[in-house]
Amino acid sequence: MLYEPHMLESIKRVEATRSERLGQQFSRLTADEKAALLKGYHPDYKAGTMRELAVGPNAGDRVPHELADLLEGRGRIDPDAVDLGHADHDVDILVIGGGGAGTSAAMLAHQRGATVLLTTKLRLGDANTMMAQGGIQAADKPNDSPAIHFLDVMGGGGFQNIPELVRALTHDAPAAMKWLEDLGAMFDKESDGTMVSIHGGGTSRRRMHSARDYSGAEIMRTLRDEFRNQKIRHLEFTSAVELALDSKGQCAGAVLYDMETGEYRLVRAKAVILATGGMGRLHVQQFPCTNHYGATADGLVIAYRAGARMVFMDAVQYHPTGVAYPEQIVGQLVTEKVRGLGAQLVNREGRRFIFDLETRDTVSAAIIRECLERGNGVQTNTGMVGVWLDSPMIEILRGPGTIAKALPAMMRQYQRFDLDMRALPILVYPTQHYQNGGLLIDAHGETGIPNLFAAGEVSGGVHGRNRLMGNSLLDILVFGRRAGVAAAERVSSVTQGDLSLDHVRAYQARLTASGKETGRPSPMLLPNYVRLETIERTAGAARAA
Amino acid sequence: MAAEPAMVRFFLMGKPHDVPRGLTIQKAMEYAGFRQLRGCGCRGGYCGACGTVYRTANDYRLKVGLACQTVVEDQMYLALIPFFPAVKATYRVEDLPPTAETLIGLYPEILRCLGCNTCRKVCPQQLEVMRYIAAAQRGDIAKVADLSFDCLMCGLCASRCPAEIVQYNVAVLARRLYARHIAPSAAHLAARVQEIEQGECEADLDQIVAAGEVEWRKMYAAREIEPEEL
Repeated sequence: MLYEPHMLESIKRVEATRSERLGQQFSRLTADEKAALLKGYHPDYKAGTMRELAVGPNAGDRVPHELADLLEGRGRIDPDAVDLGHADHDVDILVIGGGGAGTSAAMLAHQRGATVLLTTKLRLGDANTMMAQGGIQAADKPNDSPAIHFLDVMGGGGFQNIPELVRALTHDAPAAMKWLEDLGAMFDKESDGTMVSIHGGGTSRRRMHSARDYSGAEIMRTLRDEFRNQKIRHLEFTSAVELALDSKGQCAGAVLYDMETGEYRLVRAKAVILATGGMGRLHVQQFPCTNHYGATADGLVIAYRAGARMVFMDAVQYHPTGVAYPEQIVGQLVTEKVRGLGAQLVNREGRRFIFDLETRDTVSAAIIRECLERGNGVQTNTGMVGVWLDSPMIEILRGPGTIAKALPAMMRQYQRFDLDMRALPILVYPTQHYQNGGLLIDAHGETGIPNLFAAGEVSGGVHGRNRLMGNSLLDILVFGRRAGVAAAERVSSVTQGDLSLDHVRAYQARLTASGKETGRPSPMLLPNYVRLETIERTAGAARAA
Repeated sequence: MAAEPAMVRFFLMGKPHDVPRGLTIQKAMEYAGFRQLRGCGCRGGYCGACGTVYRTANDYRLKVGLACQTVVEDQMYLALIPFFPAVKATYRVEDLPPTAETLIGLYPEILRCLGCNTCRKVCPQQLEVMRYIAAAQRGDIAKVADLSFDCLMCGLCASRCPAEIVQYNVAVLARRLYARHIAPSAAHLAARVQEIEQGECEADLDQIVAAGEVEWRKMYAAREIEPEEL
């Protein structure tokens, strides 16, 4: 596949400005400039894209329509049809979700002697963790400290983050890295063992550790291998469709749904850890997304119905550099590591318009302004627009072979479509990437519902309104481990009442009374990408039958 | 030259479907009406759920790709292999010496390799699979780790191996052995963990947590930024 002729014309202009851009400083935005840019161009501030929730702990709070549609949807089971007296599984701890946070939590709880059952909607390890490319932050170099890391995180999040959670994140980061190193995760190192580390957007120290650009995959492969070695019980292709509470209002299990056979199963547990990930596949504002197939906000939905509170659900992260060309992979991630290694963002004239390692919200807003307001983007023949990420600069700065060594996944992603990012720049535009908010947790991962814990992207507060690169892989490990430990310590003191789904009835009744119920099956479980015309034809035939 | 037709016909497990040209196999299946469960994971080339084997017109050769990263072609004749039965050894990586004996002890079948190189030909990542199995046989664990690093564990190599080797499970063991026992551990990391365990970071953290938003903003604006190493 080749670039279209007008794109090649623009690339000539990019190449013409390259030598003067090399080593050129580009000033960072002041706090006021940043605030104005976000307000003007970040999608979170676009009118008409959110609405106030009608019922529940966050009634009156604004969330994206796509999420509200599910929170105000219709539950998948009739509570009256579930035999609460008979549990198919009776365990200490139920972990819902088999990504980085869930497997970490399960292993730590198992290590402390708890009986653990992990359930996951697709395969073990099918999660956004696997897709994380760029790296993981931890303040482990002599010129760095957890306190310096803390300030970077707070600034990145707009100083709205919950400080106790940020403290936990940055405090535990080195221990989480050491845990992975001991498990045999293969991080990029110098020959003496020193971790290779670079800058990410918004970092004040070179704190980004990586495993080529398969950082998340390497972490997930390692965790999954160890999880299997430890023979922890798990169910694949099994989602959770409701949480169960008990007569004391504590979380006490869940109703699971076998995605293949259609069976429902009841699990009784003394503690539940939700590690279901985020909502990328809701395609907020119809953005393409970088996320895994299963990122459909299921955990948020069932926890909200059970009375758990959410925070920052109006803050969605758009990754500045999603693929804008070729069409087949539009929306897929181009890791921030590409900029970390020196590639610059330039417009169709080859001019810079933002300091490349501002925080993600800011860079995304700047790209949107450059394309939509200033008309300086490059249009493709399928109607996408984007700006150039001048990837050939990397090897000019760091020598030939750098891209193959440090960015093999990126290089391969483009080579599959006959594009060579070493020779020519790549076209990018923001893509929906991450749910900044989520269920409110304390520093041990517990939600407001006793014995219900949450870890990873489903939880919120630690990243404030905007997460920094490298703090999501860190988040899943730190809070996965914390939740696993806290839940294991909890189970010996739990006395359970009878299982109950009254909260589901009560929520549904309030929703019906509000007149806002959407009727959407909820949780979503998986997106439906079947062509609309096909869906309609199938439905029509079914009605006619 | 005549323009290429807008539609292509592909055969999913033998059954024809007509779809617009240019879609990935994954999106072509969805266009045709399939809502996927098995065989669909990250949709971005990282998880190995959608390994696909196919043939094209007038070509005897079996080709492979990831359904999410491969463009559907006219007359493509394909099947997904979302799962393949595999053996996985159970071990404690901390107790294992990083040697050929360890790999051969846990996966003796690696010695059965016939050198046919089929694994290399079916790897959708184009990894040097046979070469890393050879390295495993002679105990060059660093080499196995390096050559296998970009493995997605999709299973296509194992599906075609006449020696019944599960290459990707050998590889994950080798990478863990390498990182745990051969690569030097990071001294700066161990030192920082020890400082934290001894409580040496608590006062700084407590102080900055307590500072509050007005102070954070001032401190943030005055941050000293570590220069690039270039």
